[in-house]
Amino acid sequence: MLRRLLASGLLALSAASCQKQTEVERANEAGILLVGNSAEPKALDPQLVTGVIESKIIGALFEGLVADDPEDDSALPPGTAASWDHNEDMTEWVFQLRPEARWSDGHTVTAHDFVFAYHRMLSPDLAAPYAEMLYFIDKAEAYNKAEIDDFTQVGVRATDDFTLELRLREPVPFLPSLTRHYTWFPVPEHVVRRFGDMTERFTDWSEHPNLVGNGPFQLKEWRFHDVIEVERNPHYWNAADVGLNGIRFIPIENPYTEARAFLAGQLHTTYTLPPDLIDTMAEDYPEFLRQEPYVGTTFFRLNTTRPGFDDPKVRQAMSLSIDREALCEHILEGYTPARTFTPKMGTYEPEPVLDFDPEKARKLLADAGFPGGKGFPRYSMLISRPAARASAEAVQAMWREHLGILVDIQNMDWGSYISAQQSLEFDLASAGWIGDYLDPTTFLNMWTEGNGNNNTGWHNDRYEELLKQAALQADTEARHRLLAEAEAVLMEEQPILPVSWYSRNYLHRPEVKGWHPLLLDNHPWSAIRLEP
Amino acid sequence: MTPTELEKGTSLWHDAALRLRKNHAAMTGVVVLAIVFLSCLVLPSIPGLLQDPNAQALDLKNRPPSGEHWFGTDHLGRDIFSRVLYGGRISIAVGIITTAVSVTIGVCWGALAGYAGGRADDAMMRVVDILYALPFLVIVILLGKALDPITADLTNGAVDLFAGEGATVAEQNDTRTWVEPITTLVPLFIAIGALSWLTVSRIVRAQVQNVGKQEFIEAARSLGLGHARILFRHILPNALGPIIVYTTLTIPGIMLFEATLSFLGLGVKPPNSSWGILIEEGANRMASNPWLLFFPSLFFASTLFALNFLGDGLRDALDPKSSKD
Amino acid sequence: MIRQILNRLGQGLLVLFVLFTLTFFLVRLLPTGPFKTERAIPEHIQAKMEAYYGLDQPLLVQYQRRLTNLVSGDLGSSLRLEGREVGEIIRQSFPVSLQLGLVAIMLAIAIGVPLGILAAWRKNSLIDYGAMALAMVGICIPSFVIGPLLADQFGRRLEVLPAMGWNPFSPVYWLLPAFTLGLISAAYLSRLTRAGMLETLNQDFVRTARAKGVGEARILFRHCLRGGLIPAVAYIGPAFAAVISGSLVIESIFAIPGLGTHFIKAMETGDEPVITGVVLLYGSLITLANIATDLLGLWLNPRLRTTG
Repeated sequence: MLRRLLASGLLALSAASCQKQTEVERANEAGILLVGNSAEPKALDPQLVTGVIESKIIGALFEGLVADDPEDDSALPPGTAASWDHNEDMTEWVFQLRPEARWSDGHTVTAHDFVFAYHRMLSPDLAAPYAEMLYFIDKAEAYNKAEIDDFTQVGVRATDDFTLELRLREPVPFLPSLTRHYTWFPVPEHVVRRFGDMTERFTDWSEHPNLVGNGPFQLKEWRFHDVIEVERNPHYWNAADVGLNGIRFIPIENPYTEARAFLAGQLHTTYTLPPDLIDTMAEDYPEFLRQEPYVGTTFFRLNTTRPGFDDPKVRQAMSLSIDREALCEHILEGYTPARTFTPKMGTYEPEPVLDFDPEKARKLLADAGFPGGKGFPRYSMLISRPAARASAEAVQAMWREHLGILVDIQNMDWGSYISAQQSLEFDLASAGWIGDYLDPTTFLNMWTEGNGNNNTGWHNDRYEELLKQAALQADTEARHRLLAEAEAVLMEEQPILPVSWYSRNYLHRPEVKGWHPLLLDNHPWSAIRLEP
Repeated sequence: MTPTELEKGTSLWHDAALRLRKNHAAMTGVVVLAIVFLSCLVLPSIPGLLQDPNAQALDLKNRPPSGEHWFGTDHLGRDIFSRVLYGGRISIAVGIITTAVSVTIGVCWGALAGYAGGRADDAMMRVVDILYALPFLVIVILLGKALDPITADLTNGAVDLFAGEGATVAEQNDTRTWVEPITTLVPLFIAIGALSWLTVSRIVRAQVQNVGKQEFIEAARSLGLGHARILFRHILPNALGPIIVYTTLTIPGIMLFEATLSFLGLGVKPPNSSWGILIEEGANRMASNPWLLFFPSLFFASTLFALNFLGDGLRDALDPKSSKD
Repeated sequence: MIRQILNRLGQGLLVLFVLFTLTFFLVRLLPTGPFKTERAIPEHIQAKMEAYYGLDQPLLVQYQRRLTNLVSGDLGSSLRLEGREVGEIIRQSFPVSLQLGLVAIMLAIAIGVPLGILAAWRKNSLIDYGAMALAMVGICIPSFVIGPLLADQFGRRLEVLPAMGWNPFSPVYWLLPAFTLGLISAAYLSRLTRAGMLETLNQDFVRTARAKGVGEARILFRHCLRGGLIPAVAYIGPAFAAVISGSLVIESIFAIPGLGTHFIKAMETGDEPVITGVVLLYGSLITLANIATDLLGLWLNPRLRTTG
């Protein structure tokens, strides 16, 4: 009886649903893209956020000088700037803005908006967490650190409404690529000032319905932890070529939930896919599974002030006893074994040095005074995401087997994990780094002395000298040679043990067109179309 | 205690034991519990009997059950059978210790509040309200930090004790692997037990208020019996049913809470495991490798079923009125 | 009666004050901070940010300022989600948790209490064993197993219910999360109801009633139900408060925009104003729920009324 009742109930439910479409089907008809976006953004003010999650939405709402190309990371299609030029040593740049560019409230986008944005970003009082990204501009660092207080000394100037001049502190051949990062985006001065001072943090200007941007889309709705919806911006200079009517960014933090939502027809594309689901998806849903290279590296960060870790031989030994091939084959599926720290990008190809050689590792460890792991201090490895546990356990076993070293694994919540590393109160930590722009310096600069992301206690004069020389070099080939040499120093010393190069694993529906594999994963939303 | 009282006591327990033995469901529970507990406590202690629960073989990952691996292998090629038994030690230990602490405190607190009534009751119950609303996880994180030095000393002491003098690095490491989860978790979970008695106390208080107003208690009072005697001899036994039920329900809650804590770095540390963690890991992979979820859940569930049947049997057996039936 | 309630409400205010004070200082002890981001923030900027929110002031000054604001009804603004008022956060997410929790607890009562009564009435029969086995299944299968299982079954395979998300006006979105959330409470309720009913059925007056030839149904519902529900009612007050103030696990499994997610995020980042805000909300709910259940207890147990 009960069973019959249940069965008829289910039948009724499914009958009701037969006439009903899935959310994706409805969205296809409406021309709306449903995007899994991991978490609730902290804010949508391009100058106050630091995360990838925010950058996805900001990329729909704003546009920089140079735009993203849907098929090629290294192509540089014009954005708000129609053209640009530079002097011979690439320290002075002029961007010509397109006069037809408009804010979403119809105002013209001018060079003054860019100057205002950079002034605001660099103002010490705004305390923009990512101000460092603008330090390439001459005197920007000094102004941000309140060493000078006259902004006219900083190398940014609007010579007229549509001409922006930048004077840099060093040759930056990759500047156009850099300006695609949201920290270089303009903000509408007339709107920001309406809701507060230039340096006031988190005023209502970037809230719904006040937010005004210059991107292909404008903000339509914002519900916490639920959805951020954007719709076509009619004032966008290239509005005719925008393919979608809107995008819904849905914050789903639990990647398993996200995968279920995708398979139940609630998303067009997911933010990620847990490694344990890859095999099943490859078998059952090969048409949805995407695995693409992504400029990022997973690594172990060592606190080189700890006894044992202060010896490069020990660090080498630990690195040599990690079987990266096995890790990538069995656990980090889709990832590639790291052979250096910086993944391959463009013409930069450092010498692949990292290897698996337990024999040599044991010898190095013995040379360092810990034969067979004897007397080696007991350290613990910080991890913060459940997904990191499997590879941490595997490496833990490798060190125990090959070196006789017992390392603890310590789970931590995200905040404590970050603060332990930033205050150098940790032994070693499992970590990852994603490049901000397509140049090796986004990976190499962080290991300099005093850099906030170094957190290893390690620095090396020769390494920094090489980076300095590279910074002064305008010729790309010579520059890459110097950077590769610096990379070799880093790999010789190994304050960090690179493990693998990232892959973007995600689920994606075939009706989404104009979406191609990209190293930086910044898909220009304006190029995407839905063709069910 | 006078000799007569002692005699009366033993005969009460004797009767109860007799009644319990006649209860089939309860006896099945006892047998199941005995099997689970013994296999978790004894089997891992016999050297060479089980496979190393932490030994990995990446080539053999995600294998279904076989003669070699009775319960299959996990995503790192580890033997699930060993992991379930070793993990059971930790889950059983934290489940029982924490519940014992919390029920003891909760029963005393609730009984006193309910019996005393008036201002004292009000004050005691407001303390309960405050503890309810305080952010439990924040407190547990802080407790974990505060207990760190104590547990470290405890672990080192225990390792020295069990590994013996002059043990090699490998021997010490091996001892540490099984000693550490226990020495780090038990102090923390005693503390957690000392904070999670709130619902028990509310239930007991309500029950004591109810029983305390009944005629036979008034009669006892008018006979001039002492408060402690009335409370513990006459009132509490009548509230035993809900207490036992709540106790048996708390144990699984605590076992699963341990898994939650692991993600804050306070539960059992990898590569060691517990039932809660095995179930959670299994849940994530249940579509492709259902055995990862099935076997740990089987142990978890049969323990709970057994505990409940035993609990119900105990309640019936100890019921002061059932002898009249 | 009214005086008693007012008295309890007064005690509630005291509870809230103690809660605020304890939470404020406990959160400061956490090894984390609101301005820790993946990409390190330079020290001079971090100092500026702290000064902006007055976090560089002595602790007691901060405490005093927060308390004064609180008394005037200002919960402060979040440090993690900068620029967002705690009041706004609660206004957006509490209704979701409240709605979900109400549905869940109603489901739990509707399933749990009848099951418990039935089991007690036919003690040690097949009905009893069946009902209690069902309850045990509810306890043995954790929500992080049953939730994904249901979402996969109804979302992907049958395609009848959404696998995640929330819509306050569309019951298809409530069904799975409310059932998953209510399951454990239903199990507790059925076990506690059974135990409570058994205690009451054993009382002398039941024997007397039976001897007098009173009908079973009348004994069960007129004589025993009141006393038998006492343990369940004592459980339900706090459970109700807990369930409507957001559940982290359920919200994570079904991506529901409730209070639990905000709370855990706030805890991870030491976002004291949000933590305090949620704790105070929870404290008020606990106080109200306990007053309500105590009143309900008085009604169930008339003998208690004589002591005022």
